[in-house]
Amino acid sequence: MLRRLHEEQPRSFSFTRENKVWAETQIKKYPAGREASAIIPLLWRAQEQEGWLTRPAIEYVADLLGMAYMRALEVATFYFMFHLKPVGNIAHIQVCGTLSCMLCGAEDLISVCKDKIAPNPHQLSEDGKFSWEEVECLGACSNAPMVQIGKDYFEDLTQESIGQIIDNLSAGEIPTPGPQNGRFASEPKDGLTSLMENESGRTKFNGSVQMAEDFKDTIKRINGTEAELVTPWLQSSGKKTSQLRMKKPKTFKSPRKSVPEDLSNLLGLGEKAKIELNNLGVYHSSQISKWDSDEIHWVHSNSSGSLSLNKLKSFVEQAKKLQTNKDG
Amino acid sequence: MLSDRDRIFTNIYGMHDRTLRGAMARGHWDNTKSILVKGRDWIVEQMKASGLRGRGGAGFPTGLKWSFMPKESDGRPSYLVINADESEPGTCKDREIMRHDPHTLIEGCLIASFAMSANCCYIYIRGEYIREKEMLQRAIDEAYEAGLVGKNACNSGWDFDIFLHHGAGAYICGEETALLESLEGKKGMPRMKPPFPAGAGLYGCPTTVNNVESIAVVPTILRRGSDWFSSFGRPNNSGTKLFAISGHVNNPCVVEEAMSISFQELIDKHCGGVRGGWKNLKAVIPGGSSVPCVRGEDMKDAIMDFDYLRNDLGSGLGTAAVIVMDNSVDIIKAIWRLSKFYKHESCGQCTPCREGTGWMMRVMERLVHGNAEKDEIDMLFDVTKQVEGHTICALGDAAAWPIQGLIRNFRDEIEERILNRDIAHVSKPLAAE
Repeated sequence: MLRRLHEEQPRSFSFTRENKVWAETQIKKYPAGREASAIIPLLWRAQEQEGWLTRPAIEYVADLLGMAYMRALEVATFYFMFHLKPVGNIAHIQVCGTLSCMLCGAEDLISVCKDKIAPNPHQLSEDGKFSWEEVECLGACSNAPMVQIGKDYFEDLTQESIGQIIDNLSAGEIPTPGPQNGRFASEPKDGLTSLMENESGRTKFNGSVQMAEDFKDTIKRINGTEAELVTPWLQSSGKKTSQLRMKKPKTFKSPRKSVPEDLSNLLGLGEKAKIELNNLGVYHSSQISKWDSDEIHWVHSNSSGSLSLNKLKSFVEQAKKLQTNKDG
Repeated sequence: MLSDRDRIFTNIYGMHDRTLRGAMARGHWDNTKSILVKGRDWIVEQMKASGLRGRGGAGFPTGLKWSFMPKESDGRPSYLVINADESEPGTCKDREIMRHDPHTLIEGCLIASFAMSANCCYIYIRGEYIREKEMLQRAIDEAYEAGLVGKNACNSGWDFDIFLHHGAGAYICGEETALLESLEGKKGMPRMKPPFPAGAGLYGCPTTVNNVESIAVVPTILRRGSDWFSSFGRPNNSGTKLFAISGHVNNPCVVEEAMSISFQELIDKHCGGVRGGWKNLKAVIPGGSSVPCVRGEDMKDAIMDFDYLRNDLGSGLGTAAVIVMDNSVDIIKAIWRLSKFYKHESCGQCTPCREGTGWMMRVMERLVHGNAEKDEIDMLFDVTKQVEGHTICALGDAAAWPIQGLIRNFRDEIEERILNRDIAHVSKPLAAE
């Protein structure tokens, strides 16, 4: 299926401070050199922060992971959960339309969405609050028909209940997710046929609904402050594979012979980047040419953010060439 | 019928305490160290003896799969990857494990990783399961906190890290090599095999990919013995199994039952029977969307296990996701919907699948309206045969089988619709338009 970037894009993107910290911990789940593995979770967080996935966000995440933009764009366009254009500012309703849900009335739910929101999928409602689409199996087939709104599943729906949910959302309420017909989870609705003793000690909500009630963030944009960041994998040292290594490169207090080299010889190195590098104690291309991957990471994380890993790598390549030309 | 005493997932509906404390009270994490000290070979042998066949659809013996992993490391680490990308239409069992009985899975991950000399396990959960992801991560955090996983897991001297990773809505990532590609941060496009993941999988290292349910049953099997597990079901189909029943039954549900239970017992006992009675049963898809549908009358006496459904009915147990359809269903439209699903989910790598799924969907769409010629049915069947087996992964097969099942079982209905089409609206579009 053809998926393209939206024609109108914002100018820039950056993670909130908390999301940035979150992202850095996620990257450490993967072995050194395999940072690219974190791309889906990071793109997803970018979408949670902005509501949809913008081009600057894709490029920002690519820079964070040291990936070529093209590789990141491939991922963003391949996976269907990434919204490449704006969605309703309150909620985007994803109606499961695959077989089990279709048998149980998904088409009726879609007709409600057409009535209440917009005639076409991915089209914003007139007030800009909602949009909808039909998605493929969401994996809650015993609770069909169902929709996903934000983070949550609304299950065992009817035309009336989906209509009510949309109205409630429109009025600024956050409806309680989960089965809408009084069921607890995926047990038979007329009463348990196994695990009978489970009737006792029943909590109010099933696992998913309890999470939603705990966080109250079903449709909210996520800035990273919602939940406490727990990262047990950082303490554990199973096999030191998950460390992002950094090393400070050699820096000078002032340029050699007091004459700084014109670093803008390097393609893509502008005035701003030059000042940035000078502040870190980098004045000569001969310094840059000696950086290894750990040192690139150090420069990247000690700069204010304008020096992406990709840019830095390209500077090193160019500086190396300059050096060999000089030497030769 | 299986008694509660013999159920592995004792909190599958999440009505009891879902925390680590609750899991321990139900017998999970009970002296896990004593299982580990018996050694890798013992664990693998027990798994082989239990007769557990993979619960992700293909039914490959789990113990045998584990034995393919290298015994001695050549310097590369080994990985266990859990396939929690549950996306097969009709399937909703792993979701219940992860949100309500997550410690069965985490403990299974530790034991399985140990048995394969893997210090590291990744769980790849589908992106849409956001709350389930949070539930599972919470359980993993609890296990770290209690020292059950992490450095010196369960005081066994074994270091074990477990990471939760998620996808972003691609059915194809349920295919094991596509899952590995996706986990490496790429598009989820399946790899050619060989090399098999046990030789070169995640990051080029030896890897085993197992379904959630296959791993979550491991601790209980090892505690209660392989004999106990293999005492359920017919030979070669042993154990208990989570069935997910959806569609036109009175009470759709997820339930754990013994393998080889009869279809009728499963539906009557747990689902309150077929909507409108057994006479109203039209068709059943017994194992998730990828297996061929079966006529209702053939299904009544069916035994729900791998061998019966494959050998006697030409279908399959797949993930044991039972989709029941009563006489109100337009079966041609139902299968068209599945064709639409496969067209949507084809990754586009192999031409027969990329082009074939779209072509098959368009012909199916015309068959729904009877807007076709009779010989096009054979042509469609022929095309499904050309897609089947000619692609890197099994998505091509999965797209072909439902249509083959439809033509085999309901050809009369397709022909009737073609006959009955309104003569005034006849047009003769070409099949490949």
